[in-house]
Amino acid sequence: MKQLGSQTWQFTTRPVILGSSAVVGPEEGEGPLASDFDFIYDSLKMGEKTWEKAERALFEKASKLALIHAGIEQEKLEFFVGGDLMNQIISSSFAARKLGVPYLGVFGACSTSMESLAIASMIVDSGGATYALAGTSSHNCTVEKQFRYPTEYGSQKPPTAQYTVTGSGCAIVAKNDGSSKGPFVISATIGRIMDLGLKDPFNMGAAMAPAAADTLVAHFRDTGLSPGHYDLIVTGDLASVGLPIAKKLLADEGIPMEETTFNDCGLLIYNLDKQKYAIAGGSGCGCSAVVTYGHILKRMKKGELKRVLIVATGALLSPLSYQQGESIPCVAHAIALESGGEEA
Amino acid sequence: MPAKTKQPGIKQRLDNMTSEEYKKLSKPFVPGRPVLKNCIRAFLIGGLICLIGQVIQTGFMSIFGMNSKEAASPTVALLILISVILTSLGVYDKIAQWAGAGSAVPVTGFANSMCSAALEHRSEGLVLGVGGNMFKLAGSVIVFGTVAAFIVGIVYALMGFGGGSH
Repeated sequence: MKQLGSQTWQFTTRPVILGSSAVVGPEEGEGPLASDFDFIYDSLKMGEKTWEKAERALFEKASKLALIHAGIEQEKLEFFVGGDLMNQIISSSFAARKLGVPYLGVFGACSTSMESLAIASMIVDSGGATYALAGTSSHNCTVEKQFRYPTEYGSQKPPTAQYTVTGSGCAIVAKNDGSSKGPFVISATIGRIMDLGLKDPFNMGAAMAPAAADTLVAHFRDTGLSPGHYDLIVTGDLASVGLPIAKKLLADEGIPMEETTFNDCGLLIYNLDKQKYAIAGGSGCGCSAVVTYGHILKRMKKGELKRVLIVATGALLSPLSYQQGESIPCVAHAIALESGGEEA
Repeated sequence: MPAKTKQPGIKQRLDNMTSEEYKKLSKPFVPGRPVLKNCIRAFLIGGLICLIGQVIQTGFMSIFGMNSKEAASPTVALLILISVILTSLGVYDKIAQWAGAGSAVPVTGFANSMCSAALEHRSEGLVLGVGGNMFKLAGSVIVFGTVAAFIVGIVYALMGFGGGSH
């Protein structure tokens, strides 16, 4: 591994994503990416008694499927890096019981997907493991219960509110033995905390936009690349409010984002015209995870995309901090993926 | 190799940006709450719930021969029952997203706040879960309702309205 600039790790061995999985709930299953998901539950309870158990079931299903898709036995797995939005990251830690491998729990709110992938890739790249699992999950009801109101409570949400995705995405990162066609993890840009003083927990897109912009600028500065290097750049979940703000911040800095396709996982996952409950778009750890591990990796495997940059954004607030009137610190982590084939 | 981008200065610019500057920059992108539309919807649904209440009350009066005072309690009880059933079926929160204050202010909203909290925390047991959390949202309505009633009562008494003595 090599450090580029001040924020970027370049993975010199190019670890490979051997297999991945995206498991979602019924609402995501009605969205435009349904065909890219590996398993769609038809009920939010997933046959469990509590919302928390349901989220854990999602996570366990996703980790199992990722192992199957990677074609490796569970015994071969050497590391698990995971996290979620619950207090004390119970979903991933409890799901880790079933895996029985060394485990690092991480928390980066909705940026956890790329945070865990960056750490897993670093472990594999540095020779710390041959196979590592990176995964995360979120469940609409557990998040509503912990961060907002009881799920059935009738409160009107403003037009800036985002809808937490019910889903879990996992990826098996493996040592590159030269035989795989990828996709490969090329580099990771680790974000700094950005807090521009926004306090509204129902407008996280605007709070997270500066973090996404800052990490993107850092990535281009550290790597010396321009946006046109990538076929697609997606942000984590800025949704319909945050994405235009990030575009404006980047345009103000003279970053030519028009060279590439610039989109957002929170906008891709739902059809906002039909799925009105999603309001401004999707959010939650599961959002960027299932869009990346389901939709984007499948498109890369089909050859539709060669180089992709994923910038997962996280709003690092707690119910306690916003009730005490604190502003929302945000972070964004970027990962560059590249599919195999001829070298560029 | 692709061309290098020009030296970006966002790090400094964002670091130096004040909260006010960012609020100003982001404001055009942040849609506001549709206040007028929300008021009209609240008026319609709030009014509709009251109308249903009136129909129920009139029904109790004409069918069971109650006077309006006797009919008031069973009317409220029936509205609460309807609200609890709608909450349990997962419908009330969907009505509320459309109706806003229209479904939150009437007694049905109060019942929804208690029922939703009780349902949500059933998984933590009857005592710590249901009992401990049922008034999570309704609690402040009761506290501040009582405080407001107390203050209004004192004002009435001091101004010589005689607060309930006649």
